[in-house]
Amino acid sequence: MTPARAPSAPRREAAPAPETAVTTYREALREAHREALQRDPRVFLMGEDVGRYGGSFAVSLGLVEEFGEERIRDTPLSESAFTGAGIGAAIRGMRPIVEIMTVNFSLLALDQILNNAATLLHMSGGQLAVPLVIRMTTGGGRQLAAQHSHSLEGWYAHIPGLRVLAPATLEDARGMLWPALQDPDPVLIFEHGSLYGLKGSLPDPLPEVDIATAAVRRPGSDVTLVAYGGGLGKTLEAAELLAADGIEAEVIDLRVLRPLDDATLLGSLARTHRAVVVDEAWRSGSLAGEISARLAEKGFWDLDAPVERVCGAEVPLPYAAHLEQAALPQPETIAAAARRAVRGDGTGEDQGDGSGDG
Amino acid sequence: MTALAHDRETLLAQGAPALLRQMIRVRRFEEKCVELYSATKIRGFLHLCIGEEAVAVGVISSLGPGDAVVSTYREHGHALARGVPMNAVMAEMFGKATGCSRGRGGSMHLFDADLRFYGGNAIVGGGMPPSVGMALADRMNDRDDVTACIFGEGAMAEGEFHESANLAALWHLPVLFVCENNRYAMGTALAREHAETDLTVRAASYGMVAWAVDGMDVLAVREAAERAIALVRGGGGPCFLELRTYRFRAHSMYDPDRYRDKAEIERWRQSDPIPRLTGELLAQGVVSDDEVATWEGEIAQEIEAAIASAEAAPLEPVSDLTRFVTSERQTP
Ligand SMILES: Cc1ncc(C[n+]2csc(CCOP(=O)(O)OP(=O)(O)O)c2C)c(N)n1
Repeated sequence: MTPARAPSAPRREAAPAPETAVTTYREALREAHREALQRDPRVFLMGEDVGRYGGSFAVSLGLVEEFGEERIRDTPLSESAFTGAGIGAAIRGMRPIVEIMTVNFSLLALDQILNNAATLLHMSGGQLAVPLVIRMTTGGGRQLAAQHSHSLEGWYAHIPGLRVLAPATLEDARGMLWPALQDPDPVLIFEHGSLYGLKGSLPDPLPEVDIATAAVRRPGSDVTLVAYGGGLGKTLEAAELLAADGIEAEVIDLRVLRPLDDATLLGSLARTHRAVVVDEAWRSGSLAGEISARLAEKGFWDLDAPVERVCGAEVPLPYAAHLEQAALPQPETIAAAARRAVRGDGTGEDQGDGSGDG
Repeated sequence: MTALAHDRETLLAQGAPALLRQMIRVRRFEEKCVELYSATKIRGFLHLCIGEEAVAVGVISSLGPGDAVVSTYREHGHALARGVPMNAVMAEMFGKATGCSRGRGGSMHLFDADLRFYGGNAIVGGGMPPSVGMALADRMNDRDDVTACIFGEGAMAEGEFHESANLAALWHLPVLFVCENNRYAMGTALAREHAETDLTVRAASYGMVAWAVDGMDVLAVREAAERAIALVRGGGGPCFLELRTYRFRAHSMYDPDRYRDKAEIERWRQSDPIPRLTGELLAQGVVSDDEVATWEGEIAQEIEAAIASAEAAPLEPVSDLTRFVTSERQTP
């Protein structure tokens, strides 16, 4: 391998435009990896089954043939060791991308992520930066039962020192990886399992993508719906249901779960005066709770109704489809919360989530 | 670095005085730390390596300047042996801005990136995976640097040891696993924590070379370390050294040490690495009493100067509390 050196290739010369027109979220991610591997010799991908198998969600399919086993590195089932190895390699000048199959298994690497990746810079008085990217699948809705369906990105968003991203669109799937690799600090990317097959087209040339701001995905004046990742599609559907009732919802895609882009959230609230936060994760101690608190702390005088939350029911996600779907936010439940906020007919409706708010 | 290991005779004649001086330096430094702890100048957890200096000095003196040291919370000796300035270590324990981690780490978290000293991991086993990654980066870039990963025998019960040993051996990475077997993980004795108490058997089962060494004999440690490092540097894959040693003091300043027999401690004190080597060098005429006395004087002065400079050093301003949570070079 060539010695590590800074990338110099310009970003988007000679884009092969026609065939990138229609693509999927999965292919967009793969293209992002291909671009990063081509542009920077320090970049390599490592994780379980990323090579020969092609990635458990087929994101890296074909990359080992193209870049070889050194840079598309199959690891043993050792989440702590290979995540920690990513940390060590990053400190030593590489730009590793660690793929953890799903957030559920990341718990076996939580010590490395929290106590090393997120902590070493501070604990060493600024000496040890960890430019590492960790990608993982998150979320439920695919009848995989509890141990494969958790939404724990909010836990990671709790941790100072990490940047946490949730690409919900093809553009973000294609565009977030490169800036994440330029970040001098650890970045976690959460890919909702329901999104890999998402189809669409990418603009040509590709737009610059930032990893700092939230985005308004649908403008509206009556209520702000805040969502991210796998919740964005359902929330946009909810906005259509509301539009049929004459309610114009503004849909914010958080994109970045840490640090939160308060300005975009508060700017929207100042226009709509009502907010609903959608989060597939359990409500108690959730990211939705954090966002609600910020809206109340900083946007209190803009609020015309209590902030509503639509979250996952507080239950380990069950296998049976009807039970699982009942536990997750749905366009109808999101729209219902928005109607409550707009019509001012009160909140505190029992969400049946067992969070014991009495 | 020479690829040839020193034999004991050559070491005795040439390198031993420096090793002895360094062990005395570490010992006196830590003895002073105890006083400073009682005087409440140093707070938090304080783990001493008194009794184990031969391991720190023997292993680390065998490394080259490009090599890395990843260690634990019991790392004052490692830091000093690696060349982290005593002033910076002392100031860190005083929580001062001039500390090697700018007062963010304390005794357990000593770092010096320039010396490739990634000292203090206080999660038992937590330093092992990053060690593997540093070695991986070196191998991917065709550098022949070695990463020395130091841990206690207690850490070998953690999954991180199993995962990291397997990964390092599977990928044939230049990691030197250095097990300081002081026979106790806090209050839990070796035989009460490991089903297989021969640790080299466990390490060898991953497919790496593993040796056990008398960790109270700095020359034996040095000799074994040189051999192991030459093997690792030469592309032989990871290597495991078990250094059999003992801590004369309690686990930390909080530990009343109820779990060890006083007679056992006394027995181990008989093989204290410092008098042992001093006696040998005096008998052979390699050093004189005067020389040792001179070292003691110099070391005492160095320690006093470190204390004075730590006392005088500024505190980090509270306005800088949240610095270094993220890098100061921001995302584009
Ligand atoms: C993961 C973890 N579990 C428990 C502890 C508390 N603890 C600190 S040191 C220690 C004993 C470790 O023993 P060993 O690895 O043999 O090293 P030694 O302290 O003897 O040098 C324990 C249990 C910890 N810091 N981290």
